[in-house]
This record gives sequence, structure tokens and C-alpha cells, in this order.
Amino acid sequence: MTCLPAAKPGQKKLGLVIDLDTCVGCQACATNCKEWNASGHSAPLPDFNAYSAGAEGVWFNRVHSYEAGDGGAGKTVHFPRSCLHCDNAACVTVCPTGASYKRAEDGIVLVDADKCIGCQLCAWACAYGAREFDEDEGVMKKCTLCVDRIYNENIPEAQRKPACVVTCPTGARHFGDLGDPESDVSKLVAARDGYALMPELDYQPVNRYLPPRKHVVPEQGKPVEDAPTPMDIKSGLLRWMDKVLTR
Amino acid sequence: MPGAEPRVEYSPSLGDEVKTTTCYMCACRCGIKVHLKDGKVRYIEGNPDHPVNKGVLCGKGSAGIMTQYAPARLRAPLLRVGERGAGEFKEITWAEALDIATGWLSKVRAEDPRKLAFFTGRDQSQSLTGFWAAQFGTPNFAAHGGFCSVNMAAGGLYTIGGSFWEFGEPDWDLAKYLLMFGVAEDHDSNPIKTGIGKLKARGAKFVSVNPVRTGYSAVADEWVGIRPGTDGLFALSLAHELLRTEQVDVAFLARYTNAPWLVVRNPGGADDGLFARDAEGRPLAWDRARGAIAAATADLSAVLAGDYVLEDGRKVVPVFQLMAERYMAPEYAPEAVAATCGIPAARIRRIAAEIADVAFNQAITLNQPWVDVYGRQHETMVGRPVAFHAMRGISAHSNGFHSCRALHVVQMLLGAVDTPGSWRYKSPFPRPIPPGPPPAGKGARPNTPLVGNLLSFPQGPDDLLVNDDGSPIRIDKAFSWEAPLGLHGMMHTVIANAGADDPYPIDTLFMFMANMAWNSAMNPGEVIRILTEKRANGEYRIPHVIYSDAYFSETVPYADLILPDTTFLERWDAISILDRPIGSSHGPGDSIRQPVVEPDRDVRAFQTVLIELGARLGLPAFTKEDGTPRFKDYPDYLTNHQRSPGVGPLAGFRGVDGDKKGVGEPNPDQLQRYIENGCFWQHKLPPEQSYFKHANAAYLKDSKAMGLIPNENQVVMQIWSEPLQKFRLAAQGHGPKQPPEHLRARVEKYCDPLPIWYTPLEQQMHDTTPFPLSAITQRPMHMYHSWGSMNAWLRQITGSNKLYLARERGEAQGLADEDWVWVTSRNGKLKCQVKLMEGVNPDTVWTWNAIGKRAGAWMLTPDSPEATKGFLLNHVISEWLPAQEGFRSANADPVTGQAAWYDLRVSVEKCAADEVPISEPQWATLTPPDNMPPAPDMLRYTVGVKP
Amino acid sequence: MKPAGSIVFFTVASGAGYGLLFWLGLLGATGQVAGSAGFTLVALVLALLLVTAGLCSSLLHLGHAERAWRALSQWRSSWLSREGVAAIITYVPAVLGGVCLLTGAAQAAQVLGLLAAVCALATVYCTSMIYASLKPIKEWAHPLVPAGYVVLALFSGACLLAVLLALAGQDATVPALQALVFGGLAAALKWQYWRSIDTARPIATLESATGLGRIGTTRPLDPPHTQSNYLMREMGFRVARKHAVSLRTLTLWAGLAGPAVLAALALALGGALAALLRVLAALLAVGGLLVERWLMFAEATHTVTLYYRGT
Repeated sequence: MTCLPAAKPGQKKLGLVIDLDTCVGCQACATNCKEWNASGHSAPLPDFNAYSAGAEGVWFNRVHSYEAGDGGAGKTVHFPRSCLHCDNAACVTVCPTGASYKRAEDGIVLVDADKCIGCQLCAWACAYGAREFDEDEGVMKKCTLCVDRIYNENIPEAQRKPACVVTCPTGARHFGDLGDPESDVSKLVAARDGYALMPELDYQPVNRYLPPRKHVVPEQGKPVEDAPTPMDIKSGLLRWMDKVLTR
Repeated sequence: MPGAEPRVEYSPSLGDEVKTTTCYMCACRCGIKVHLKDGKVRYIEGNPDHPVNKGVLCGKGSAGIMTQYAPARLRAPLLRVGERGAGEFKEITWAEALDIATGWLSKVRAEDPRKLAFFTGRDQSQSLTGFWAAQFGTPNFAAHGGFCSVNMAAGGLYTIGGSFWEFGEPDWDLAKYLLMFGVAEDHDSNPIKTGIGKLKARGAKFVSVNPVRTGYSAVADEWVGIRPGTDGLFALSLAHELLRTEQVDVAFLARYTNAPWLVVRNPGGADDGLFARDAEGRPLAWDRARGAIAAATADLSAVLAGDYVLEDGRKVVPVFQLMAERYMAPEYAPEAVAATCGIPAARIRRIAAEIADVAFNQAITLNQPWVDVYGRQHETMVGRPVAFHAMRGISAHSNGFHSCRALHVVQMLLGAVDTPGSWRYKSPFPRPIPPGPPPAGKGARPNTPLVGNLLSFPQGPDDLLVNDDGSPIRIDKAFSWEAPLGLHGMMHTVIANAGADDPYPIDTLFMFMANMAWNSAMNPGEVIRILTEKRANGEYRIPHVIYSDAYFSETVPYADLILPDTTFLERWDAISILDRPIGSSHGPGDSIRQPVVEPDRDVRAFQTVLIELGARLGLPAFTKEDGTPRFKDYPDYLTNHQRSPGVGPLAGFRGVDGDKKGVGEPNPDQLQRYIENGCFWQHKLPPEQSYFKHANAAYLKDSKAMGLIPNENQVVMQIWSEPLQKFRLAAQGHGPKQPPEHLRARVEKYCDPLPIWYTPLEQQMHDTTPFPLSAITQRPMHMYHSWGSMNAWLRQITGSNKLYLARERGEAQGLADEDWVWVTSRNGKLKCQVKLMEGVNPDTVWTWNAIGKRAGAWMLTPDSPEATKGFLLNHVISEWLPAQEGFRSANADPVTGQAAWYDLRVSVEKCAADEVPISEPQWATLTPPDNMPPAPDMLRYTVGVKP
Repeated sequence: MKPAGSIVFFTVASGAGYGLLFWLGLLGATGQVAGSAGFTLVALVLALLLVTAGLCSSLLHLGHAERAWRALSQWRSSWLSREGVAAIITYVPAVLGGVCLLTGAAQAAQVLGLLAAVCALATVYCTSMIYASLKPIKEWAHPLVPAGYVVLALFSGACLLAVLLALAGQDATVPALQALVFGGLAAALKWQYWRSIDTARPIATLESATGLGRIGTTRPLDPPHTQSNYLMREMGFRVARKHAVSLRTLTLWAGLAGPAVLAALALALGGALAALLRVLAALLAVGGLLVERWLMFAEATHTVTLYYRGT
């Protein structure tokens, strides 16, 4: 079970494409994920010290913000972080019980809570911090890619996407089959130079991030004071005298 | 041991019921679908059919479950039994509560209704609350718009007949260039996000002018880190460049603005600066062939510059010339403004050139015929695809009114108002300029309603709410010479004025959803002092305080009578066409809230309580002729109240058959029809009405028919504002109503009929040398005012705040991340932690607003980071401008009275190493009322799936 | 990484137990220890007690200890599963060997002892590979980690055996020599390991973790949540550099070099004093190992902290 499914050509790889050029850091994906999954496949997602100091809970999606580059020439980037459903998922192979598994049919990495012994080794093995330990229940939980939404026949077809994708107000999150080069998400990744996080670990994440587009680097130099453009207001106005408009 | 994959439940049910309603976690008012299981909320999602959010939902809305079930919810009516602030209450019944309130209020109404100050915070039912106040007979009503938005509203409504704020939007589908100035995230929240997503997907250019590079500014293609309070100067410098390079849309100006209107030049005269008008009162323009004729002549050939003399000898000049004279002056040249704005001149030039290039060289032509108000058919719609949007960063400064007008002037120069690709009006705008009758409030008498709207639109000195000596009629001094266009009232001055009996003492302060003892006040410490202050006779200075809120906020302990409100999922409401409806550029719309969850507490929706109080007090509109209540409850009011014949709170499904829009007799099934339609109504404009609405004959006709506007006349945009000139003339000594001496110079200077820029008042009036940094706040996208900290999910995301400052500046002061610092202003000091960052104007510090909480409030334990590390910048803001001789003026915009809480200047110094790492000031811990059960330590919220 | 007490105790105790088991089996089979069957039996029981106590302690780390049996299922991919399997298999020759000793089947006992020695070593190796296979933790995914675990197990086992022999009044020369050799080896290995992790390039950077290096130097602005969380408490633990240095010194001198020197001294002196020195050496070794194992965690850094702290 915790052996990864054998790679097949054309293997379906469901995943997310997150557009860092568009994400404004509104946290909608984080809280919508939380509310869906609070009663979802891995329910509940507990919150400790909910109304006091040390409040923390289980979240499958957390939104960081970073600054890249210096001063005005840099960029502020909002960075949602969740399970990347890696092809080479060490969190799965380290699992001693088979509770963690990568689904052969769509590549989603899931935890079978009934088998999990709570050894937390998968959290150590995940480079990206995607594993969330339910310290109350003693089992590991994680992003399910909303496996209970994306195939859910009680949900209108257009909404059969992960909660974070459906709710994203800026449309910065895309969901689809990254194993299919002809899918919309794959084309988006190709067009926008999408990349994988921490490639040096060779975990082969399925999720991709689209980089911020090149932005304008503003003119350098300190603002100058008291050097108005020489201009004759009168003659400037005179030019307008001739402008007569017929409606 | 390989085995089969475990079975996954692919299609779990989402609950046993789904109900639509409208979110109330900010002012955006998105449509939501609430999935319920056994009456408990399983999931809240955006309603895909809803015109506002089209299925998306933000971080706040998606956390609605935790707002619904927060332990901070008040549980039953409370009566204060200890001293104010001590938090000692006893639970009483609703009958008792209503008796007490009726007793206090009926006495005030019988003696002097002005002594009721009724202020309603983040109220979304102002068409009811304002109406109730007028029925009561007090002029002293407002919501928190004076804090929030009035500079944008007044600046826009007096200039283009619409406004940024939430009454206009960029043409997200066609704009090629968006210039955005400091937007408040909670207005039009999701539409802006969705729009930015569209814009970016199309590759349009997005420039954000904002001292801080976060949120929307983070995804801008270009970030202009301007110094706070200088946006107006930047805008006027853009105007200078456009005029200098002759890149202005002369045709647009001539057709749609008052640029060709003739202004009388008679220095010292009573008509100086007023429009020259014909015998019928119509403004004149100078036709090249025919001389002075009515500007509204179809075949006018107007001149835009030159000095002319009318037949009666008056000297006149077109508005355009006055404008060009002013803005082509060297003081607005990029080089002259660069240092003040913190933007290099070359950059201002480039941006001006870019917007001109997009407007004029990349114009959009839609093959869409339309007919203008002169009956002329146009085969195409030509658009200038440069869109502007602006809100808080302009609004919260004491020069915000003029800065807002300056932005509109640039839009008009570009011809970029309601054209394809530009900024667009949202229904019900455009409206006439100014949009309505003057404010009511004069002649308050015992037991007598005031006729008209309390918050409305003065056109000149005669419309101000002042006594014969020029003193204010209203407790907040809105519509007085201190704030002649105080359209939204001045909530920030009410308690301070009442505390000084200025202009008169009040008896009862009645508040709804206004956290005035904390983040909703400019200076909470002063509010707390006044609310607990007693006169010599032992009576409180404000004898009665009634407060309605759903949660245990910092203000609850300072009230005498608490009327616990429902949550947003437990109530009826109207996002009313009479108030701030959900219309868009695509057409009018309004919406309702319906209760989707039964309250588990003894609480009532404030609006229902207000209607019952109205009946108990015998307010005519809330009582039948026989003295019995006119309305059973709020839904009954929403259905059957008529403000004028056929016009009620809701515009949709009117008439007995529910087939009338806007105007029609009440429909008993109206609310049911709304519910069936997803709790909203919208009318989609046909394509020929989509643009040029200010001059679009079909649009104006239909809008008039729906009761959205009073007439079908063209809305001519006002570069030169005559109402302002009238105030100025009064200050110059003309007319029967003149400002008092101490305000004469101020009115003359700031009621300039053309946009001006000046250093924010507070900064003019004290030595800013010891306070080198501008200090501003912004709201995190996932928090709305104080509504977030009682939410167990949202408070995890932001449970404390730091002061952000430029890395270079911080490091020069020896500061590192997390260091504790003292922040000092002329008004006081506070202690907090710093965070250094790159993307902030080097002369600016900022923090997240309303994250700091008073210990014990909102049912958070006193050790919560909100209280120990969080802080409110409000503690160093003053509600007063620096002292003037014998007179104190609100720290506000001199035209609109908008609270100028972005004008703050501070210094930052590192704390000594031995200081306790706790934020300052610290206040005594609040104790929740006895009837509130303790908050749980751990939450395992789940519905349905696992027991 | 946060040092989990249960895991620190587990690896130290079971390491020593397996080390003891290894030496018992090896030296017993090669006849280099002249202990009686009774002595061997007592030592064997002690070794198994240590191993069992360690394994039990490791269960404390689990959220669901009652499901621990499931951990034996995934030996094909999981080093933790392999460790569990190896640990259980080790009991078989060890216990059977004990039975043979009891029944006097000396030859069988020798064979089973050798088998147990191999299994013990394999188990320790599996344990070490749990850590060494975790790529996000550069201090663990290091070639000297398995060697360190094995050498330290052999060192502590030798110390224990020497003590036991000394207490039984028997010749402890061979294990004492082993302790000396493996103590020195362990010291050299740890020294080299520390030098190596101090100078090793980070496995990833915030720039690669976010992909934002293409823009420039990347710094965290706001965290996703203003308070801590499981990940940061578990992976974000950091020991101050100066504490780490003193703890390393303590491990090196008091935990490894000290026992080795004491072992040498005991050899030279002999007699009752030697026994005392050996007890002291074993105590020092165990203490040193606890410190070493605590440091193993405390000095380990996880890539997830890049997202939160940038380092």
C-alpha cells in the first residue's frame, strides 16, 4: 500500500495550479477549506485554545506572505501552501501502516485515519509542511484535494472542484489533471512557466505554482523638489482658445 | 502487505437543507448558500447565481460558521446594575427592556427630541434607522460613514453623480489600465478581487498607488509607494501633464461635463464664481456663432477658453479655462510635487503618458448604437479604457474630499467616466448633482417627526443645519460650517461633543453595532472617560446609553441597557434600494437576508426591536390611526412600508402579481419571491444602456420609471462645483447665512469650487519635526472591523498585529523584527512590536486595524495575544485638531467632516531592554455578563459526518 | 526538530540493548567472553529488557499505540516498518538462544546468539535509516547517521557488557577493549559528523521552497497564522548555538572519551576499583548518549521552517 503506484504513461494526476501573480492573500481558500473539511472526509479539524492564548488548529491550507527582492523593485507575494500530492511522495513510503497512500486512479494522497497510528513520521518526511496532526484524535490529517467534492454527485457539476478553488475570488487557483498535457491546467503551466516547489528533493510535486509576472521596476532616483518645468501658462491657454467643439 | 485502497465516500450529502441568504461579514453583501444539517450549519458557500460574488466567497464569509457559533454572542437583554464600565448587569426580559427603553425615549421625545443621539455603526439598514430617527424627531442620526466613506461619497456625488467607494467599478472586462488608490478591502470586496483576476488574466496593466505593498497592491504590475495624504497632489500633477501635453478628451468635456459652462468673474461680488444662467435658470455656454446660449443646447459649438462679456455686462469665462489656469500652474508640475508625494517626477510623467496613450491611442469602439439625451443616435460606443478606483487611502485624510474630486477631474480629462473600459457607475447611479433635497433637521419639536432625509445634500448655505448664529443644529456638527457637506454625519464627534455639552447636552445615546469604546472611536480612551463621567449631581453626563449588538464587544460594559441582536444568519434584512443596494454597472438590484438558523438565545433582530419601539413611542409611520402597531415585525415592514407611493425598501417583485420593478404596490409575497430567486433581485440593463448612462436617454428614462432617479435629465459632471462656491461666497461676506468669524477663513479656503491640495490639517497645525513618520492602518482581508477576533478560525490567522516599517529605516534605528517600540504622537504613546518590510513608503509606518482587543472582551481570555501583543493605533489618534484659541475643531475634513484618521504622524523608538513585552496601553480586564457560558478550550466543530 | 523524550529514551535504551545483545552473541559465539551460562542468561535478559523498554517507550510517541501492530505491514517501503519487523524477529533467536542456554544446548545457543547479533545490528540499522531517509532534514539525511547509530549502539553495549562482567567478577578485558575502540570511533565519527553538518549547504532555501528566487532575495512577511502550530512546535525547535556547542563537548568528552578512558584505566588497575570505574563508564556512556540523541533532534532542521522563518 505505501509503495507508490507504478507510473503509467498518461497517468491521471489531479492537482492544483496556484497563480502567485493573482493571489491577493485574502485567506478565502484557507477558511473555505477549513469549513468544508471540518465536516468532510477527515472531519473534524480541531482547534485548540480556540478563545485564548496559543490558539492553533488543523488547517489543510495556509497562506503565507513573502517579499522577494529589495525595496520598491521587489514584490510582495502571497503564497498558499497545501499538500502538493507528490508523485514521489515520501510521506507515503515512510508510513509503516499503510494508512498513507497515493491513489492509483488519480494520484491523490490520502490518509486512512482508521489505520493511522499517529507516529507522525509522514510529517517529518514531508518537506512542505503539508501534514497536519490531529493531536486530539491522535491521527494524521491532510489535504484530500476535496475527494468528497470533486466526485460528489450531490454537487452541481460546475462546483465539483476543491473548495479552495471554487471559492477563490481572484481565480488564482486552478484544478485539473496535470498528467494530461492537453488539460487546461497543463496548458496554463506551460504558458506561464509554472514550476514545482523545492525540486532539489525530487519529491516530484504534482501541484504547480505560476510565478508573478514581470513587473515594472520604477525609475530610480530621489524625488526632486522645486524644479518646475518652464511653461508659459498664458500661451498654454491660448492653445485651447481655438478648440471649439460641436456636439 | 499490499492491500486494496480504502473505500472513500465520494458523494456525502451536504446536509438536509440548503437556504440562500446574504452575507453580513462585511459591506460587500455577497449571496451565500447555507447548507444545514439538523438545523446546524454544515457549509457556507458563495451563491453562483448571485450578481455580487458569482459563487466566490472570501476568507471572512467562508469562516461564517465560527461567527455564527462564537461564544461572544450576547444571550438576553441586560440592565446595568453596577457603575458604568464595571460590567455588572442583570438579565431582564424583553418586555422589561422595551419598557425601559420606551420610558427613556418617550420622555426625551416629549421634552426635546434632539436629546436623543441615535448612531448606528456598520448598519446596513440605514433607510430604516434614518427614517425612524426622523420619525422620532431628532436630527441626531448617522451611521459610521463619517468615519469611513463620506469623502468618497461627497467627492463623487458632487462631481460626477456617482462615486468610487462601492457605487462605481472599473470596467473589469474591458479596461486596459487600472489606476487604483488605497482601497478599503471591505467595500466591493469580492467584485474587486474577481475583477483583478479578470484584468490580470487579460494582461491589462494594473498600477496601485498606495503607501503599502500588500493585498491588491501586491499583485499590481506597478506599485507606486506614495506618501499618505498626497494622492490628490499626485492626481493634479497628472492633470497638469495631460493639459500640458494636450492629451485631454475635449469632446467628452464639452458634451458631458460643465467644462463649457460660463462662470461669472466678478471679484468681490455676490455672484462671483457662480454660473451665468439664463432667465429659466439654465447654465450658459459660449457658442462660437451664437454667443451665450443655454449649455444644454443640442447643437452647441462651445468654446472652452477665452474671456467673454454677457449682454448684461457680466464678465464670464468657461469652466475649462479656470481649470486649465489652475492646473497648468508650475506648482502642479511633476518636479514641484515629487518630493511631497515621494514619487520621482519622471515617474509621474511616465504614468501620465501611459494613461494618455491607453485612453487616446488604444481607445475601444463597441459597435453598439445608443441614443443620447438630445435624441441623437450614436452608432458606436467609444471608450477610454483607463479605469480608476479609490477608497480609504483617499477618504481618511482631511484633504480627502478634494483629493477625490481631483481624481474625478483626471477621469473627466481622459473622457474615462462610464465609457467602455473605464470606471463605470453602479446602479442606481448616476444621479443628479447633487442627488437630492437638502438634509432635514431644522425645527425639531417635541413629539413631532422631522420631514425628509436627515442625511441628504446641501446645495448652499441655506441648506445647512445651523442656527441663526451659525452654530450647529446637530450634536455631531454635520452640515454646519465645520462640515457643510457632512453627508454621512460625524459619528466620531458625537460622544466628544456630548461630553462637552457642545452644542448642547444629550439625554440618551442609542447605538447599534458601533464599537465606540474601542476601535470605532478615533480615541477610545476619551470615549470611555466621557461615558463614565458624572456631573456634580451624580448623574452620568450622558444619562442613558442603550446599545444593541450581537456580541460582547468593548462597548457593552459602558451601556445601561443592552438589546442583544441576532447573528447574520438568524435575521431578516434588506440590502435596500433606498439605502446601499447591490446594483452594479450591469443594472439595479437589491437583496434580502432571511433567517436560516433559529437563535438559541433570547435575542431579537435590532430592526424588529426598532419597529416595535417605534410603535410603542407612537411614531406616526410605525403606528396605525388607532394607535396599534402598523407593522408586526421587520419582514412586515420590508413588505408593506412605502416611502413614497409604490416605492418601498425592496425594488423587486413589486405589485400584486410581483411583476413590477422599482415602483409598484406592495406585494404580500415579495419576500417569498426573493427567497425563490436566491434572496436577490436584479434587472439586467440592455446593451444600449450599458455606458454613457449620464447622457443615455433610454437608461435615464428606464431608471426614472423604476424610481431610481427623480428625472430624465442629463447628469452633467461638475468640474467647477457651484455649491462649494456658494459656501465660499458666504464666507466672503455675501448672503444672509454666513459662517461664524472663527470659521470664515477656513470655509473660504477649503470650499474651493475646483479641487485643491493642501497638507492635511493636523500636519499643518503642529510641529511634525518630532514625528517624522506617517502612520496608517489597513484592514486584513479576512477581518472586518472588530468582527473577526471572536471567530475561532479568523483569530488564528491574525491574533496580534505589529507595526510595519521600512527595513532601511528600521535598521538605521537599530530595530529588528519583533523588537518592542514606543510609538509616540502628539496625542499619546503606545507600545508594540515591529516588523521590517521592503514594500512600504520609507516615511510611513502601518499596522492591521482592529486586531488589538481589550482584555476580556469578545469572550477571549485576558492572556490572548489580541490583548497582550495586539494594539490599536487609535490610542494615539486625536479626535480633535491641535488646540486653537477658544475653539476646537474635529480632526476631520473641513468640507465633509470625514474623520481624518490617516493624517496621524508619529515617531518610533526602541523600548529599553528591561521593559515588559506587553503592548501598551493596557486597560482593566473586562468581565463578561454572568449569563454568558465560558468559552470552550477546544473546538471539534463538525456536522453530520462523525458523531 | 523537537526532541521527543520517548524517542530519545527509545533509541538510547534499545540501542544499548541491541549493542549488548550483539556483543553477547558475537563474543559468546567466538568464545571471547568466559561468562557462565547463568551470566549470559542474565545479560541476555537485561538486553531484552532494555530493548523492550525502549520499544514500549516508542509507543508513547504514537497517537494510537493500540494499532501499533499495523506498523509491521509496510516493510517493503518503510524503514519504520522494517525496524518493527526486525525488532520482533530479533526476539526469536534471542529468546530461543536463552532457552538453549537454560537447557544447556550450548552449540545451538551460540548459533542463535550469532543470529541474534545479526538481527540486533539490523534493527539498529533500520532505526538509523528511519532518520537517514528523511530528505527534508539535512542533519539526518547524512551518511554518517547510520554509522553513528550502529557505532554508538556497539559502544554502549560494550560498556554495559564490561560492567556486567566486572560486577560478576569476571574478566571484562575484551568488551572493555571494544568500548575503548568504539568509544574512540564514536567520538571521531560524531566530531566528523558535526563538522560536516556545520558546513553543509542547506538542502533547500526559501528561494527554492517558494520559487521566488527568480525575483530576488526572499523574506517572510506575514505568517499564515500569528500563533504557533503543530509543525512549528515539532519541526521548528531550535537549540541555541552556544548550548549546542557545550552539549557537543559534553557528549564528546564526558559521554564518549570519558567512558573510554575509564575503561582503559579499569583495564590497567583491575580489581574492585576497576568494577567501580566500569560502572561509572557505563553511566557516563548512557548519559552521553542521551545528550547525543537529544542533540540529534535539537540540531536537526526541517525544510518546513523555511516557509515560516526563511531559514
